[in-house]
Amino acid sequence: MTSKAINLTLKVWRQNGRKDKGRFEEYKANNISTDMSFLEMLDVVNEELTLSGQDPIAFDSDCREGICGQCGCVVDGHPHGHEKGTTLCQLHMRHFEDGDTVVIEPFRARAFKVLKDLMIDRSAMDGIIQAGGFVSVNAGGAPDANAIPISQEIAEKAMDAAQCIGCGACVAACPNASAMLFTSAKISHLALLPQGKPEAARRALSMIREMDALGFGNCSNERECEAECPKEISIVNIARANREFLKAGFFSSVM
Amino acid sequence: MNWITNTLGTSIGKKLFMAVTGLGFIGFLAGHLAGNLTIYGGKDAFNGYAEHLHALGPLLTVAEIGLLTFAAIHVGVGIYLFFQNYAARPVRYAVNKTGGGRTIGSQTMPYTGILILLFIIFHLLNFHFVDKTHTTIFEIVANAFANPIYVMIYVAAMIVVAVHVSHGFWSAFQTIGANHPKYMPIIQVVGIVFSILVGIGFGFIPIYVSILA
Repeated sequence: MTSKAINLTLKVWRQNGRKDKGRFEEYKANNISTDMSFLEMLDVVNEELTLSGQDPIAFDSDCREGICGQCGCVVDGHPHGHEKGTTLCQLHMRHFEDGDTVVIEPFRARAFKVLKDLMIDRSAMDGIIQAGGFVSVNAGGAPDANAIPISQEIAEKAMDAAQCIGCGACVAACPNASAMLFTSAKISHLALLPQGKPEAARRALSMIREMDALGFGNCSNERECEAECPKEISIVNIARANREFLKAGFFSSVM
Repeated sequence: MNWITNTLGTSIGKKLFMAVTGLGFIGFLAGHLAGNLTIYGGKDAFNGYAEHLHALGPLLTVAEIGLLTFAAIHVGVGIYLFFQNYAARPVRYAVNKTGGGRTIGSQTMPYTGILILLFIIFHLLNFHFVDKTHTTIFEIVANAFANPIYVMIYVAAMIVVAVHVSHGFWSAFQTIGANHPKYMPIIQVVGIVFSILVGIGFGFIPIYVSILA
């Protein structure tokens, strides 16, 4: 496969720290190989900015293979860009046309603060995880295989939910900036498994309460999260989290 | 008692209020539509239905108070959620695109909701809080729909209701946690069919009455 090179115009959100109001600035991304990822394209732009003495564009990235959940910007109105089921680092420049103008914004939510340019503080999501607490797993020697029977179906459902990498695209995509897809995936993957059952009620209650306290919006079943999720997590998990929460709220002895 | 507010006061709790009251209204719409269809049986059938309904006496008053309470909860919590959701994203996006999840119904819920509230007030002023001493309900309805503006308002309002219900129906089930691989597709289809029935069923009555008159 031969690669070609394209030229793009970028409109990038620049914001110098939390207190700055921020603004869009225009950059040229010239001679971009279509084999590059979106982040590599930004690297090229940043190299040129650095060499010409300008401040490079700050953006989040880490593993660059779609498993860490660190990268993510809103590209032309889509978190992680317009390709389905990929993170921004997996979005290749072959999905853009020569001469395109690309608007790049940070994930926006009250619970996510912009640190600089496209870099955001996602620690609110860690807060939800911490509120979830612990799982009871016996320490010691490796347990016998199949000591706890779990059907293939349940294991698959739990694994589907556990695919969540906590990138925050669901919050960014939600018209209400709700973190329900993230929170529900975390509640679901433990609630489905016997290992997560002992603390299920307490976990559902504290995670949802923490999610609300952190200033995320309310889910109104718009389904934008599931459409934009790079791991294609289903909103079936949201229904399960609702069930887990209501069950815990009304029928468990956990206050 | 703190657990009650800690459960019902959360995002899921508030949405539970929306879902339960919303499902209540869906039941009401079905009943109201079934009653209204008697108009196709002619003047006497329609007046007879109204008489039977009012013969229920105190039961009807209880139902009315129930509906009013449901409306207060649905509107109050809905408006609260709307402002809370708006505040959850203080800086908006420059480019807004849908990933394909939203529908016309889901996008417009707060706005169609407010329009329905205004319509209900208008509707009650037309047909409920009127002097019914020397007339029948059929005459009141026939007089109102002799005016083409009324016909247009009512038809438009029924389209708005259908759009609202198209999202509300399945969304209520999702909120109470009833999402199942076997039943959710059925619920979604029933929701769309129900909203079309509501739109056409109610919406055609003003047209029918105006043609008749």
